[in-house]
Amino acid sequence: MRELSLHLLDIAENSISAGASRIVISVREDLAADELWLEVTDNGKGMSEEMVANVLDPFVTTRTTRKVGLGIPLLKQAAEACGGFLKVESELGKGTKITAKFQHSHIDRMPLGNLEDTMITLLLGTPNVNWVFKYQYNDQIFEFDDAEFKEALGDLPLSDFRVIEFLSNTIVDGIKNTKNIATEKGAVYANH
Amino acid sequence: MPTIKSIEDLKRLREEAQKVKELRDQTGKTQIVVGMGTVGIAAGARDTLKAILAYIEDKHLPDVILRQTGNIGVGGQDPVVQVILPGAETVTYGKVTPAMATQIMEEHVVKGNVVQDFRIEA
Repeated sequence: MRELSLHLLDIAENSISAGASRIVISVREDLAADELWLEVTDNGKGMSEEMVANVLDPFVTTRTTRKVGLGIPLLKQAAEACGGFLKVESELGKGTKITAKFQHSHIDRMPLGNLEDTMITLLLGTPNVNWVFKYQYNDQIFEFDDAEFKEALGDLPLSDFRVIEFLSNTIVDGIKNTKNIATEKGAVYANH
Repeated sequence: MPTIKSIEDLKRLREEAQKVKELRDQTGKTQIVVGMGTVGIAAGARDTLKAILAYIEDKHLPDVILRQTGNIGVGGQDPVVQVILPGAETVTYGKVTPAMATQIMEEHVVKGNVVQDFRIEA
């Protein structure tokens, strides 16, 4: 994987397979602490303790067509290579939360990449899931919940290109504004 | 479906009606399937999907259904794209870059000619 956004796409696909109806993807950049946090939280079928223990092993998968599942081990390896870790919390019948932490400034840390393309790909691929995207830069937060858009759309499908463009722009602008406001605040603080 | 007893039943009924409608809508349409498993994503499937989406929009192709699926199961050939023209057999393409995807759309989906150079055995 060349971008962390691709890892997020991949991890979220697991949540879809787990039958989740609501999936929250969260990205948090904390520059003061030099940390980057990624989280995927779902309300899918969850995993037993045994499965959680095994899920970090690259030779475990729920897929039956082939015997290798690499998504979570790949992200774990990427996080650990950047002074971080990966944590899996899960409860049967309740859902699963995957957390990955990176040292923000680590030289081997992949760029976040194209987060809007990841979100649009997920929205289009599984429109019946309620998708929430949270982006935090220092203390500034942007939240995107597709429920409000779907409600407003009514019968118009998400795959309408004007809709895709609008949703994509909403995410791009949200991230950009969040960063700008946080950076301005930081600059003001630094001047004092 | 048995007697409706709750709002949930009503919703289920609506969903079933919707599924029937979707099935009906899909006959006579071209289906394009992109494999979005771990390997597919790592190999660039997201960008390939985006190129196909952009082509559909650019040429205003209304009778095309674009679907995403997990691993299609042809090792070492990702990103994998499958094209199913109405009444025709599934054609599988391997290592599809965004540029190749555009060419497949142009030649196969629009003109109906399989792009033999990109075809793989599924």
